[in-house]
Amino acid sequence: MKDDLILRVVSKLTMPFMLLFALYVQFHGDFGPGGGFQAGVIAAAAIVFYGITFGLAAAQRLVPEIVVERLLAAGVLLYAGVGLAGILLGGNYLDYFVLGADTVAGQHRGIFWVEAGVGLTVAGVMLKLFYMFASRGRDAGDA
Amino acid sequence: MSVVGANYSYWITIVLMVGGMYILIARGNLLKKLLGLAVLQSSVYLLYIAPGKLIGGTAPIIAEGYAVYSNPLPHVLILTAIVVGVATLALGLAIVVRIREAYGSIEEEEILARDRADDDEAR
Amino acid sequence: MAATVVALALQRNLFGAVVLFSIYSFLMATVLVALDAVDVAMTEAAVGAGVSTVLLLGALYLVGGMEAKPLVRPLLPLVLSIAVGAVLAYGMQGLPGFSDPQAPIHVHVAARYLAEAPRETGVPNVVTAVLASYRGYDTLGETVVVFTAGAGVIALLRRRKRK
Repeated sequence: MKDDLILRVVSKLTMPFMLLFALYVQFHGDFGPGGGFQAGVIAAAAIVFYGITFGLAAAQRLVPEIVVERLLAAGVLLYAGVGLAGILLGGNYLDYFVLGADTVAGQHRGIFWVEAGVGLTVAGVMLKLFYMFASRGRDAGDA
Repeated sequence: MSVVGANYSYWITIVLMVGGMYILIARGNLLKKLLGLAVLQSSVYLLYIAPGKLIGGTAPIIAEGYAVYSNPLPHVLILTAIVVGVATLALGLAIVVRIREAYGSIEEEEILARDRADDDEAR
Repeated sequence: MAATVVALALQRNLFGAVVLFSIYSFLMATVLVALDAVDVAMTEAAVGAGVSTVLLLGALYLVGGMEAKPLVRPLLPLVLSIAVGAVLAYGMQGLPGFSDPQAPIHVHVAARYLAEAPRETGVPNVVTAVLASYRGYDTLGETVVVFTAGAGVIALLRRRKRK
């Protein structure tokens, strides 16, 4: 599909907006529908779309596998880290009330970082899954 | 009649659940089995979400001018269930791919036949 | 939606089955919108119709096309499925009616979440508030499950890449 002009142009045009939409869904999730799970999937879908159009190698140049692997571990650690921050600041595990100046600000901050952790993990896992299945096929084809 | 009309969502859930289960049991193809499992799983989404709806209510995002909201709790549970569902589906697919590489087939019958042949050889 | 499932059961071409599954997911997403579950519908559309279709097609490319014809008519599974359906239909009679405000699901914690969540967390989207705050442990567990599944796939599919 690398040589299809329409696909190349359309995917290049739409990809920034897909990533932007993922960020919107991530950070606007407090006020409208959305959150870490959806944002992660949408961000991964944008890269997957790029990978389908331009080939796996191009996608892997854009987002190297090592970055993806770090990302999916970092998300879980960020989530757990928010919980530990609650303990360090004198509360219970995953207790957001102590994170901010007052309880509402603390809750808001806690939710924000937790959602960020979820988003990173989901995006990383979905992208990694795509890379694994696609690269498996390429290797089998070469052999 | 009112039983069918009032509980329409339950009937759909049952049809989807039974359909998914049938695909899961009756088909020998492992990929098809996974699809059946996914259908079975999504019938459960419906089972959870449907009772949370209130007629005349709106999505559980608090705003001025609305008093009735649908129940947010099942939404939370199913939201995570969907993402976990696709992750486990991918794990299943990975196992299917490995089975295919080891046996050259993803049909249950052929895999069992090969296993039996191997057992006979070993004996 | 039910028709899609029947078609899915009958479809022997696996590529067709994957496409039908994608259609099914999209229909499910629209139904969820109608049931006011916008967050869930968004996830279902992105995950079910998007990512899982890509993954299924990727796996399909690796395992190849057609499903074998079953040797015997699958009569026993059919009977079993119908029996389970009948049991479910019987059990359904005891469930509360659709959109009954007095149903147990609406009279426990949900009312408190709806009343208190915006004030306690400053987040108007109650789904997000419950997801990340009230049920934070739950979501941490789910995130770890997703992570573990990803790690499992990496472990299963990595070997050939190394050479």
